[in-house]
Amino acid sequence: MSILIIAEHDNSGIAAATLNTVGAATQIGGDIHVLVAGNDCAGAANAAAQIEGVSKVLKADAAELGHSLAENIAPLIAELGGSYSHILSPSSTYGKNILPRAAALLDVQQISDISAVIDADTFERPVYAGNAIATVKSNDSVKLITVRGTNFDAVAAEGGSAAIEDIASKGDQGLSSFVDLAVIESDRPELTSASIVVSGGRGVGSKEDFAIIEKLADKLGAAVGASRAAVDAGYVPNDYQVGQTGKVVAPNLYIAVGISGAIQHLAGMKDSKVIVAINKDEDAPIFEVADYGLVADLFDAVPELEGKL
Amino acid sequence: MKILVPIKRVVDYNVKVRVKADGTGVELANVKMSVNPFDEIAIEEAVRLKEAGKATEVIAVSIGPEKAQEQLRTAMAIGADRGILVKTDSPIDLGGVEPLAVAKTLKALIENEKPDLVIMGKQSIDDDSNQTGQMLSALLGWSQGTFISELEIDGNNVKVTREVDGGLETLSLKAPAIITTDLRLNEPRFAKLPDIMKAKKKQLDIIEPAELGVDYTPRLEVVKVSEPPVRQGGGKVASVDELIDKLKNEAKVI
Ligand SMILES: Cc1cc2nc3c(=O)[nH]c(=O)nc-3n(C[C@H](O)[C@H](O)[C@H](O)COP(=O)(O)OP(=O)(O)OC[C@H]3O[C@@H](n4cnc5c(N)ncnc54)[C@H](O)[C@@H]3O)c2cc1C
Ligand SMILES: Nc1ncnc2c1ncn2[C@@H]1O[C@H](COP(=O)(O)O)[C@@H](O)[C@H]1O
Repeated sequence: MSILIIAEHDNSGIAAATLNTVGAATQIGGDIHVLVAGNDCAGAANAAAQIEGVSKVLKADAAELGHSLAENIAPLIAELGGSYSHILSPSSTYGKNILPRAAALLDVQQISDISAVIDADTFERPVYAGNAIATVKSNDSVKLITVRGTNFDAVAAEGGSAAIEDIASKGDQGLSSFVDLAVIESDRPELTSASIVVSGGRGVGSKEDFAIIEKLADKLGAAVGASRAAVDAGYVPNDYQVGQTGKVVAPNLYIAVGISGAIQHLAGMKDSKVIVAINKDEDAPIFEVADYGLVADLFDAVPELEGKL
Repeated sequence: MKILVPIKRVVDYNVKVRVKADGTGVELANVKMSVNPFDEIAIEEAVRLKEAGKATEVIAVSIGPEKAQEQLRTAMAIGADRGILVKTDSPIDLGGVEPLAVAKTLKALIENEKPDLVIMGKQSIDDDSNQTGQMLSALLGWSQGTFISELEIDGNNVKVTREVDGGLETLSLKAPAIITTDLRLNEPRFAKLPDIMKAKKKQLDIIEPAELGVDYTPRLEVVKVSEPPVRQGGGKVASVDELIDKLKNEAKVI
């Protein structure tokens, strides 16, 4: 068996989620190759070659691959598809955008967001906002899979020495073009890989008051997350959203502040090792999943906590 | 411009589903069913384009059981002009009609209806697949704009803002395009009673999958469906001091 990993990268380096995806491939077993499709992506290809357990890196370097446009990358994956038993990508917005397009070109029914490998054909995945776990078996000759990073250990970023092979792009399909990426720069750890996450909800009340959440996070060296209600209300940007339709996190410590605990929010954080909830409503459902619940007004408790740490 | 909007009948987002005791699926008898929330946003967006004079016709399509007519009526109450039900007795969640099969069905319909734009949800909240739009656009060889929070149409050019993990990405797509919605694209209206009455009289065609030449035999075998591990929560602390003590000395996470 050989497995192709679609690397998520920014041309100069590899995204952390790629390492968890290689972790899932290790559990399936077989020769592991990594595709780096980008523009001026030698940096990313070199980084991929060092990942533990990777035996070959395929580098497709072309202008039209620079901005991860699915229309241009999917045909390349489809062409490579015939040589692999599995093609895996992280279940991030990057992988979710590209992989199903490649699956349709290969006439394969993709398996989304796997949380466990049972055997080479059988996988577990959460459905219904994590209220059920489905075990599914695929008979497709090549299996296309997106991997939920929080369920698989990352392999080491260094230690490997894979060969890098150049492959050709399939050209610009002329369907879409990149205009702009508004990145929210932050010195905080990345949300999906942080070991501590502090999230705020509608209870925080305003964009200005969200600063108390950020201050606590900074004290703890934590990433900042949010409920959808907090994002909708404009307290924080969209990429802070944790949940069924946002990001999935599983840190050592998750602190939910002013968040009620809707199933859609729980779907994105209930695999955290330790959960703390601070909410003034003692009946809030978030307390049912919290290891340490504190019934308090967040405007008293959060500054006190931050001050005493 | 003609817009096609695929909508799925799913369990209402407020329902906490339970796994069936025999492990074959989830309990859907007597639970509230609704239009998939992302698809409601898709309908709203299409109707707004019509109201703005940019679209001429909005067609809602669903692949599902006889009862999915209810969801098509909801779409027509929001403002879709007509509906098409591709009626099937196969389940449309786990182990039933899969995203690839839905995409193939939609492709066949699109070849008949020739819309200029398809607006659909990014994800169904039952199977959480997040695949159908991307697959459909591959099968048609069209452009795709996924997870969209802003949509601007200017002739043949469709400008979209995508919600991606790192922030917001803007792309320019060549029409015809497939758009999949994210939650912040718009806030769907509540249909008013007169609109609900009017929707009852709108055209709703029912067709069989065989007429479109698609096969719903699942590719994936659902071996079993189980309960997720239950979390032992419910612990309380009385003060910030106690919380800090527990985090340091009991959980050892700070
Ligand atoms: C299709 C769909 C997808 C969704 N996806 C997601 C998702 O991915 N992620 C997500 O989070 N949500 C998602 N939602 C929304 C979800 O259903 C809830 O509406 C949302 O999670 C609620 O956010 P919240 O807990 O911040 O707000 P609320 O439910 O309003 O809760 C606010 C909480 O703050 C507490 N509070 C208020 N003031 C204070 C104070 N001074 N001190 C302490 N506590 C206080 C209140 O007691 C309350 O419990 C989705 C919904 C739909 C329909
Ligand atoms: N049975 C269906 N009938 C109509 N549209 C569907 C159906 N299944 C999926 N879709 C559309 O595809 C989107 C993504 O679904 P999925 O790929 O299943 O997560 C949904 O939001 C709908 O717009």
